[in-house]
This record gives sequence, structure tokens and C-alpha cells, in this order.
Amino acid sequence: MSTTTATAGAIRTGADLYLIPSDFGTLEERTAEARRRLDDWTREVIGWHFNPETGCPFWLEYASGLGWDPRKEIQSYDDLKKFDPFEDEALRGGPVERWIPKGYTGRPTYVFETGGTTGVPKSRVVIDDFRIDYEMFSETLPDEFFPRGANWLMLGPSGPRRLRLAVEHLCQHRAGICFCVDLDPRWVIKIIKKGWHDHLKQYQRHVIDQAITVLKANHDVKCMFTTPKLLEALAVTLEEEHDTTIAEMGITGIFSGGTEFTPQWTRFATEELIEGIYMTPTYGNTLMGLACSRPVLPEEDYKIAYYAPQPRAVVEVVDPENPSEVVGYGETGRACLTTLTKEFFVPGFLERDEGEREAPCEQYPWDGISGTRPFGQIAGGTVVGVY
Amino acid sequence: MLNLPVLRWDKEYTSLETEEVVHFMTGEPIACVSQANGGLLKRDMRKAPRAREVLREIPPAELLAMVGKAGELYMNGTLPIGDGEQTPAEFCHAQSATTGLPEHMCRANMAKNHFVLSNIGDMLDALTRGLNLDILARGYGKEDRDVTVSYQAQAPALGLVMPSNSPGVHTLWLPVIPMQVGLVLKPGPQEPWTPFRMRSAFVAAGIPPEAIAIYPGGADVGAAVLENCTRAMIFGGQPTVDNYKGNPQVQAHGPGYSKIIFGDDEVDNWEQHLDLMVDSVYGNSGRGCINCSAIWASRHTKEIAEALAERLGPIEVKPPEDPEAALAAFTVPGQAQAVWGQIESEAGQSGATHMTESYGPRLVELERCAYLRPTVVHCTGPDVAIAKREYMYPFVTVVECPQEKMLREIGPTLVCTAITGDSAWQSELIDATHIDRLNLGAIPTIKLDWLQPHEGNIVEFLFRARALQVAESPVPVGA
Repeated sequence: MSTTTATAGAIRTGADLYLIPSDFGTLEERTAEARRRLDDWTREVIGWHFNPETGCPFWLEYASGLGWDPRKEIQSYDDLKKFDPFEDEALRGGPVERWIPKGYTGRPTYVFETGGTTGVPKSRVVIDDFRIDYEMFSETLPDEFFPRGANWLMLGPSGPRRLRLAVEHLCQHRAGICFCVDLDPRWVIKIIKKGWHDHLKQYQRHVIDQAITVLKANHDVKCMFTTPKLLEALAVTLEEEHDTTIAEMGITGIFSGGTEFTPQWTRFATEELIEGIYMTPTYGNTLMGLACSRPVLPEEDYKIAYYAPQPRAVVEVVDPENPSEVVGYGETGRACLTTLTKEFFVPGFLERDEGEREAPCEQYPWDGISGTRPFGQIAGGTVVGVY
Repeated sequence: MLNLPVLRWDKEYTSLETEEVVHFMTGEPIACVSQANGGLLKRDMRKAPRAREVLREIPPAELLAMVGKAGELYMNGTLPIGDGEQTPAEFCHAQSATTGLPEHMCRANMAKNHFVLSNIGDMLDALTRGLNLDILARGYGKEDRDVTVSYQAQAPALGLVMPSNSPGVHTLWLPVIPMQVGLVLKPGPQEPWTPFRMRSAFVAAGIPPEAIAIYPGGADVGAAVLENCTRAMIFGGQPTVDNYKGNPQVQAHGPGYSKIIFGDDEVDNWEQHLDLMVDSVYGNSGRGCINCSAIWASRHTKEIAEALAERLGPIEVKPPEDPEAALAAFTVPGQAQAVWGQIESEAGQSGATHMTESYGPRLVELERCAYLRPTVVHCTGPDVAIAKREYMYPFVTVVECPQEKMLREIGPTLVCTAITGDSAWQSELIDATHIDRLNLGAIPTIKLDWLQPHEGNIVEFLFRARALQVAESPVPVGA
């Protein structure tokens, strides 16, 4: 892949291990190759994070209390089960520097936050990961609908979030310029919790107005990131108040995400809101990066199956009662994320989502997840789809 | 199993998301219901003006005749529903199977809806105070007393977010179509039956299908109904009512806290009214907002509670098809247990006495559902926590309170049956703004006069009276 940052500073990133050439063997052989790459990469990442010369203070201190040496014991991806499931509470509060690998000392460092409506948010340090992840994602976008050199609109959350900078980098990586809106999701969650429905409506309107202003300002915007709720609001406002459509505004490709991305919603959007526009759902978060969907087809009832950017991240569908065991294909379980980059190591983090385990496919010859939705046992306390 | 689509006005739409509605006892699937999404409804609301347009092409008198015919078809016809059809008996069976209401009560609710549809002309005459419906249709006109009046529709279609627990509430929206206003219905998850059957009857009777849309779905669909219909009704709990309080676009129907209160002049005759009290508490399995949930009196409260307990306490759970079944099942897992947990904790507090305790356990847990048997609790005063509770089954408190304090203490009351001949107190009751329907004298709370408004007048909710003047001679050219 052509990239400016995937091999930054001569530290290997693993991005070169992502997509397997289309002419490489049968699906079975491709799946075996992907697994081999994952095991090799796991050893390399563990070797990095638990090496006193390159690892971060958090993991080095953790390893000192283990009584065993991860660099000796972890020889394959499955060996990562020897770690206890990762508790993301460890990401709250400082000093944030304890997460910076020594191998990256002196590099410009970002901190991205998740949560934070009340209390201390969870934070993740990043040097280049968001760029690498989105450059990998870029390889999956069809140029026909996401033309190189086209300008983008980032109609999503702003603030200390990975997504905002990542989308801008994606756009720049594809030689475009990215326009953004102001959207504070923490405030949105607060007004939802307060039951200020009218205020919520007005805030959404404020965000949509910003988007329409950009789209009508002759900036030749052809691509956008947005969420299901905002896409719907944008389409309806354009139709009702401006007598036009998203397609007529010049948009040809939409990259979107969120657990509200159901097959029915995708069908509704495809048939009634964005006819002729290519839309690709994604699934991700600040800890993991970005999982792409395999092509979403009407003949498959718009089924959405996500595949993590292996080997830099892995999504497994596990038994909620026994998270070290994956469920059978087609069976329901809880999403379990593992992040394996040189910048950040997270073994077996149980996400707040559940879904069905998907079999490997040609483009992504490793396990995926479909039907993602808030995990049943904790769904009641989760505010989803806030923007 | 029937497959029920989303009805996007006159277009059927099979969603990729479906919900199975199952028999509450056996788990057998009864229907597979397509689920709409909020955005789909929002988009379809652009066609809402068409609903009113097609209805305005039909004179009100013809619409009234069609509604009457629809009533007959609803009551007696075999009507299409989804990809099948349904006889009246199948309708009652399905409704009972998914809501937990005994079948004979489903039949009684059918008769109630039929009665309303058969008498819709008289009801509208009463609710409009004798207004010629052609005036509503045209927007203005002269009444017999030679005064010009004008009424402006505030919405092309009324939105409804309906409950699963009481098929009786459908009577509230039945007068809407003859007023040439369309309907956007979101059925309760366990009770899609009445909206689908009623629409089917309306269409078979000649009402244009573009006038009535049905959107089964989740909470986002309910929110979309309320956001996109400029007049909407929602049925829910007290938080729902509080949430929409003061919103002129939304009529929120919640717990009724309906009561029977005795004046000091009549309370010594309480035994004469025992049947009335029993009927008010447990009619229609105690589920309705018009069921009595509290009886207030200044004395004899312990005897009243004992007598009620003696009548209601022994009532047993019976299968839904049993014509003697008096209780409805709680079909939502854990709901009955949660309700009983709260009652048990509050009935044990100082000032409260559980009067039905000696008649056996109240909570009856079956494999897939649970029942609560009638419960009577005596309260020594209004401050006892349980005194003002209302639950979705025959549950009643008997509260001791001096007559002079009663109006101050009873709180919001949908139906108040005041058994008294004390004219001074009657005057106070008539003036009490926290009482909606007032029955002066021995009238069960569940006995409704259909010619009178219920929780607000639907005509006033949908139409705004305003001024409209017409010049006597045409405006001269160039004026």
C-alpha cells in the first residue's frame, strides 16, 4: 500500500500485514495465512511492549507482577488468553505518560478521550496509529465513489476525539481537504439525560445547519463521514427545506458508523435517502481503530458484517460467561477487542456490544461480527446513538 | 402465523426487522410484525396532508355512514390482516393470547368499540355541541343561530402511540376519521390486533387507505410519532404524563388514579354500594385507567376493606378462554414480581394493612407469565405511602380521611365517583380542577357516558376555534 506514515520512524507498524493479495490461494489458504501473520505479529508486539527498552511503564509494571515473562510465554495470538481480560478503568486518570512506549519517547503525542460526560474520561495516547488505521481503511474505499482529490465533510463529533482527526487525515491522505462541524457529544448526552427534547432537537438542527452551509458553499465536497441519525436529519432537512437531496448536493460516497447501523436502517437509507450514493458502514472505537464491513448487498438483506483491521486489531465474539471461549459461527456473543499496535496494547477487552460471529470472507479472511448492538446485560444503562 | 407489514399509508412494507408476538402461556408465535424505523415514519409524514385531502373529498355524512359500516365489519366480518385474514373469534383469541387479557374481556372490548362506531354520529354531535360537521369540513359556516364560526384543523393526521395493556383505549381515536383527519398509529408491541383490524374494517367500508398508516416499532418510532405529528396521543406511565405536561401538541394518557369517595352523609350506607365498589375495582381485570384504585371515606374504612377483601380476595387465576376468568396475565417477564415486591414492602409499613393476605398468595407465577390476584390494602390516612398507588390489576386501597380534607388530599383523579347528597360538597367537587370525570352519586367508575369528553375533548384537541369574516360583497378590482 502507498502510505506516508505506515512505516514512520522505521518502527514496523503491521499495516503491511493487513490485506492479503486477491490472487493468494483459496479462502482456506488465505485464512491460514492471515492467522500466521497474526501469530507472527503478536510475538513482535509482545516483544516490543514487554521489552524494558521499548515498552510503556504501565505494561512493564504489570509484567513485573505476573510471575511469568510474556515474551517467553506468548508465542501465538491464542496465548494472549494468559492475560486477564483488560479493564478499561485503567485508562482513567493520569499520568497519561505511563501509556507511552519508551520506543516512542520524544515523538509528538496525542491523547484521545472516550466517555467523559461526567467524571474523568478514559484516555488513549496515540502517535501515528489513527493515521495508520485510516490509511489502511482508505485502501478499502472504491475510488469511483470516494474520488482521490475530492473534498470531504466530517459531520460527526468534534473535540478530543480520535474520529475527528482521523477522518481529516483520511481525507488528506486521499489528497482532499476536510470541512468539519462543531458537535459536542458530551453535551448531547447531558441534554438527553435531562430530558430536554426540544433542546436536543435544536442542537441537532444547529449541527445540520453547519453541514448544509458547507455543502452549499461551492467547496466541491463529494465524500462525507456521518452517523445514521445525522444522515437522516441531513437528508430530510435538505428535501423539506431546500428542495434537494444529498446526491444532488454532489455527495458520492459516505463512510458511516455506529451500533444503530442495522440492516433495515441501511436498506431504508439506501433506498430512500441516498439513492446512487455508496455508503460503507464501519465499527470501531478509540481503543481499537476501525473495522470495515464486507460489501453490504440487497441480495443478502443488507447484512452488515464487520472485520477488524488484523493483525493490528482483532474482534472476537465470545461467550459472555466464559470470555476466553469464542462462540460458534452464527452464534451470539459479546464483542471482545484486542489491540496489537506498537503504540498501544490491549488484550481481550470486553466491549459494550454483542453480535453474531461471522466466518472469514475473501477480502477479510478472518473472523468478523455482525448484528452489533448494545450488550443485553448492560444495555439499559447505555445511551446510544447520541449524534 | 400471520405476517403483519408496516402500512405506509396505502403501501405495505415488509421490514428486514421483525418481532414475533407470542402466546403468553405457550410461547407459540402468533404473528411476525414488521418493525418500522423512526426515519421511515418521519419521511412518510410528508404525505400526511394527503390523508386529510382524500378524506375531505368525502362528505362527512358519507364518512359517518362508512364508519358505521366499519363497526359492523369490525364486529362481525372476516377481515384481511397482513398476509391472512381473521374472523372475530380469531381476533379475540389472538388478542387474548398476546396481551394476557381473558377472551371474554376481549369480546367485551370489541363490543365497546362497536358501540362507539355505531353511535359515532351522536358522539360527534355531543362533542361538537351540535355543530354541523360540514362546517368542520369547509372550515367555516353559519350556525342555526346565525353566527359565523370557524374551526381550523391543527394537524392533517393524529398520531397515536398506543399501549399493549388495554384494548379499550382505542375508543379514543375512533371519532377522528369522520372529522376528515388521518391517523398515524403505532400499536403497542403486544397488541397490534385492534389497529390492523380497525383499519381493515375502515378500508373495507370505503375509507381511503391513504388516510390511515400503521407503524409497528420500537421507542424511536414512538418518538418520531410525537415529534412529527402536530397532534398526538401517547399512553404510558406517570413519567410519560409528566414529560408531556403543558405540551399543546401531545395529549398524554397515564394512570387514572380513579376513586370512589364517600360523603359523611352517605358513608354509613356503604354496604349498599359494595357491588358498585367491587365492579369499579375489578371490571376489565382492573387494567383500565377508569378502574377504581382507591376508596376514600371518613369512617367505616376497615369494614369496607374487609368486605371488599371478602369479595375480591378469593378470586382465582383461570385460563384465558374460561368465561369466568377475571384476571389478566402480566406477560412482560419480571413485571408482576416487581409490582408485588413494591406492594409487599409498602403494605408492611405503619398505617397500612394488607386485607387480602388471609385469602392466599397474591403472586401466582407460571412458566411464561405471572398473575397478581386482587389486593385490598387499608390505610389509616392519606400519608401512608401505598395509599395513592395504582397498579395494572385489581388493586385498591381504602383510605380513612375526614371529608373536609379529602379534596385537598386525593390528588389527580381521572374518574371520581362521589357518593354524597351534600350539595355544598358537590359544589366543591364540581369546581375541583384535579378531577376529570365526575360522577355524582352511585355510578361505577368504569361506566362511561360516551357522549361526554374523556381527558379533554378530541374535537378541541384537533380543531382550533378562530375568527373568520367574509365580506358581504366582492372586493372591487383594484381596491
